[in-house]
Amino acid sequence: MKLTAYIEGIGLLGAGLTDWPTAQSVLTGQQAYQPSRTVLPAPTLLPPAERRRSSAIVKLTLATGLEAVAAAGLDAATLPCVFSASGGDGENCHAICAMLASDDRAISPTRFHNSVHNAAAGYWGIATGAMTNASVLCAFDASFGAGLLETLTQVVVDDARTLLLACDTQYPEPLHSARPITDNFGIALVLAPQRSARSLAQISVTLTADPAQPLDDAALESLRLGIPAARGLPLLRAIALRQDGRVVLDYLDTQRLAVAVTLC
Amino acid sequence: MNALYLSHFTATSAIGQGLDQTLDALRQHRGGLHPCAFDTVDLATCIGEVAGVDAIVLPARLAAFDCRNNRLAQLGLEQDGFAEAVRAAVKKYGPTRIGVFIGTSTAGILQTELAYRRRDAETGALPADFIYGTTHNTFSVADFTRQYFGLNGPAVAVSSACSSSAKVFASARRMLAAGLIDAAVVGGVDSLCLTTLYGFNSLGLISTQPCRPFDVERDGISIGEAAAFALLERPPAILPDAAVLLLGVGESSDAYHMSSPHPDGLGARMAMQAALDMAGLQPADIDYINLHGTATQSNDAAEAKAVMGLFGPATPCSSTKGATGHTLGAAGGVEAVICALALQHGLQPAGLNTRQTDAALPLNYLRDNRSQPMRYVLSNSFGFGGTNCSLIFGRAHQP
Repeated sequence: MKLTAYIEGIGLLGAGLTDWPTAQSVLTGQQAYQPSRTVLPAPTLLPPAERRRSSAIVKLTLATGLEAVAAAGLDAATLPCVFSASGGDGENCHAICAMLASDDRAISPTRFHNSVHNAAAGYWGIATGAMTNASVLCAFDASFGAGLLETLTQVVVDDARTLLLACDTQYPEPLHSARPITDNFGIALVLAPQRSARSLAQISVTLTADPAQPLDDAALESLRLGIPAARGLPLLRAIALRQDGRVVLDYLDTQRLAVAVTLC
Repeated sequence: MNALYLSHFTATSAIGQGLDQTLDALRQHRGGLHPCAFDTVDLATCIGEVAGVDAIVLPARLAAFDCRNNRLAQLGLEQDGFAEAVRAAVKKYGPTRIGVFIGTSTAGILQTELAYRRRDAETGALPADFIYGTTHNTFSVADFTRQYFGLNGPAVAVSSACSSSAKVFASARRMLAAGLIDAAVVGGVDSLCLTTLYGFNSLGLISTQPCRPFDVERDGISIGEAAAFALLERPPAILPDAAVLLLGVGESSDAYHMSSPHPDGLGARMAMQAALDMAGLQPADIDYINLHGTATQSNDAAEAKAVMGLFGPATPCSSTKGATGHTLGAAGGVEAVICALALQHGLQPAGLNTRQTDAALPLNYLRDNRSQPMRYVLSNSFGFGGTNCSLIFGRAHQP
């Protein structure tokens, strides 16, 4: 069974990759990849109270999602969304667990509501006014693939443009040793059911047992392996190279996603 | 939508393990909420704890998954012949054609809470026996379910707070319709932990008494835990007389506030309308509504406005959280199973603990059970972050 959609907008933010235009020249090898800590922009679209309370995963989700939606020339309020993250906000989780292990368990209300896995989805709605469906997913290391599959089913079955937001944040120690995500990283994709003037590429996705395709550049490959959301990079590299072809993205231990990419 | 058949289903919560105990508790008005004695929690509140969770032993090959949440999942999977039904589906469809969609809000975070008490005094390190991925991580309960049955199809955890295990039906519906799978194990599993007990307490949202949905004196939720599952398949040509179908799913977002619902229930109303539209039904077709009904001031007020606006005051409705407690990420799954039981047995279940219905919420809120053959019922699940999901279930044949 093959699921087909058209990419209309891309957002990307990660270590040394400040946005999709910058990332393209790095992924094609025109510019050397120089990893530096991911810098998260202030979420200016949020009202002041929510802006103060927003955590790393909220800033990352807003930055990548808004870049993709702007690139597609769409109104974020109209788009159903799929949020896929391999965990909630790492800093916030650590702070709660540390307090609950202490003599003072009075965690703050903001800490608590930021702890839900759908916190980024909630802030996204507040920022953009989107009252559309939001699917909020986790599949550990398979989270990018799970998010892409869910987005494709929304596009194909519900015949609707849908925004995928795949973002991961880092845990501080001591959780970092147990779950060593290397930095904050996010990819956002606007997928559409039909080809349009905005289409960048057509993708057709099937399940496969083939191994996931690595990236040639060692530093980029360690980024791909170090953060679940970065498992989508081989797809973005194919688009940056402007070459039709087939990439295999990581998904579950026994299942990967084969993506046939055809430039529009 | 093309209707989907709930070929098997089961629920385990504070009111019982499996369908027989659950149905009997509903019929007898027997609640499962008791003063909290969980772990070291020092809050004056009532909880819906499932008995016997700690005694569950996971298969040796899945020992890395051992935590309260996955023990509860296994306890739930082993009720009502559900595990046998999944194994039969594997034989019928093959392991790659069955998807897993499990809703949870906190998964096995209790394991991390406990590990933080055992940090190395000098380095701050977590104990060596702590395994994050198969316990704490949100996906662990979906991965456990997948590996418990050796399934090899798409698998995912849905974690949108208290709508999680209603929204698994939405994700499974799309994947079935897309043709990627032939059957789906859907469900919800959430277990007691300190994060939710102290978290809801910080918001002033937990009651000191067994929660009283839609009561004039309601003052917050009682947290519960549960595991509920359903096996979804395309309906065969001939369905059993009591067959229950999923007929409609509606999803929306409030885009309003992180921890308060839209005051007019706008998002909730959109979700209910979308479910009706998908099912091709009118509000008057719905025989009973299982409300989200958490017993917080704001949820019940907003939900009442939404239901009133769409259905008017006549449709019989209740919240079963007075019996089970609010099982958070498992609530949608538990209440889907209660809806299926309600349809099969012609039972409109009463809401427990509600002594005087709030006159400001003028719905037909049931405080006594009613026997009434029903064709269509609707279940609401809403959550933090303004996430809303409504499900419509129906009898395949006119009862």
